[in-house]
Amino acid sequence: MMNNIQLIGHKLIATVARLGQATVFLYQILLTMPGVLIRPKLITKQLYSTGVQTLVIILVAGTFVGMVLALQAYYVLVDFGAEDSISQMVVLSLMRELGPVITGLLFAGRAGSALTAEIGLMKSTEQLSGMEMMAVDPMQRVMAPRILAGFLAMPILTAIFIAVGVLGGYLVAVHGVGIYEGVYWSLAQTKVDFYTDLMNGMIKSIVFGLVIVWIAVFEGHDSVPTSEGLGQATTRTVVHGSLAVLGLDFLLTALMFGDI
Amino acid sequence: MSFSRGSRKIFDDISLDISRSKVTAIMGPSGTGKTTLLKLIGGQLKPEQGTITMDGNNVHQLSRKDLYQLRKRMGMLFQSGALLTDINVFDNIAYPLREHTDLDESMIRSLVLMKLNAVGLRGARDLMPSELSGGMSRRVALARAIALDPVMVMYDEPFTGQDPISMGVLVNLIHRMNQHLRLSSIVVSHDVPETMSISDHIYLISGGKIVAKGSPEELENSDDPWVQQFIAGKADGPVPFHFAADPLMQDLLS
Repeated sequence: MMNNIQLIGHKLIATVARLGQATVFLYQILLTMPGVLIRPKLITKQLYSTGVQTLVIILVAGTFVGMVLALQAYYVLVDFGAEDSISQMVVLSLMRELGPVITGLLFAGRAGSALTAEIGLMKSTEQLSGMEMMAVDPMQRVMAPRILAGFLAMPILTAIFIAVGVLGGYLVAVHGVGIYEGVYWSLAQTKVDFYTDLMNGMIKSIVFGLVIVWIAVFEGHDSVPTSEGLGQATTRTVVHGSLAVLGLDFLLTALMFGDI
Repeated sequence: MSFSRGSRKIFDDISLDISRSKVTAIMGPSGTGKTTLLKLIGGQLKPEQGTITMDGNNVHQLSRKDLYQLRKRMGMLFQSGALLTDINVFDNIAYPLREHTDLDESMIRSLVLMKLNAVGLRGARDLMPSELSGGMSRRVALARAIALDPVMVMYDEPFTGQDPISMGVLVNLIHRMNQHLRLSSIVVSHDVPETMSISDHIYLISGGKIVAKGSPEELENSDDPWVQQFIAGKADGPVPFHFAADPLMQDLLS
């Protein structure tokens, strides 16, 4: 019994200590940001690898999620004769929840894991040490551009996910189950509030983006420089990143839409 | 200076001098902390006790900015080369020049080509690091280490895993650069003949202590059994080949 309590205590202390390390790490990166902003090339290069290379998976997933949403909405709403409201359900679900959350989960799996692996490999092949010895700060040249690129890429990817999701819903609703096209678009337009729905979704995506790249970059930098250590760090990025997205989504939803 | 990793003492109150414009070798068996010593000198690790000074500057008392200024005057050749893998050979050597100087691109191009010519790889400037052999990587890394014309260069196991031709070329390069550029060089290695052939002074390290020091001739003529075992590469001697264990027969029959 005492051993179990001790074990839980140790784990808790280790978790808090690691969170503290990660916070200091982020703080050190943020201090170097002014130096990154005057080198936009570093950011555009990372925007390509974190944003553009994640685009295909976002387009495909967004389309299918929108189509499935429309189909499920139709099956439920048709019983009440309310099938015309499909677009309302599709658009609100995508903007408020599914857009930022699924984009976040896909971003953690695709871009987050790639970031961790890349930085972990740079560490194990002494590239980060090499930069240090060349009097170049890896925090500024390697970590900060990646954090900034993730921060910028996530809202753009989320907007694209929502857009193709709405189009996927349109395909099923209008061409699949025969909802009138004008009804689909007009309800989608009138029932959405710019600030409550779209902006809150975008705020969520910015928070998710920052947290995912923070976890990914920290795990890569903190990884044990062996093949096993790198594998574990990559796994941690995907698991912790995904759980953070889901947990933060609840918190942000409660703050934005609820009375909690 | 003393340094530990966890409860393991890596260096136990050692003291050594690196002479200006000379080649100083740090030798010893694997795992004695030779690379750690270079990281301590470069300010990447901090000693738990004692000081490391370069040109009168206490490396570990410097602010980050001053440490980076000092590092511009140091070059380091990493064991793995540590080339940046997402840019080609030319850009790897141009990297410190672009970061720390205001030279225009045509001047940088000339300097990079001269450095590459010095290591015999001017023709490989467009290759990516993944396309280079181990020996070529080490030579490119050497060109990068001297890109900013440092006053001191640290070589971490420069000869490990090299074929005889690459090894000969590297030995020659280090020797020539020291002669022509008047660099202070620290060579960390356990390749005895190659290192002794270019060194002015040698420190032998084992068990966290300096066990011998002197010129190559002095060490060759030393009657210390430890020194003789290390230089001649004998299995029998004061340094055990086997990790501490029970006798083999006892282990087999148990």
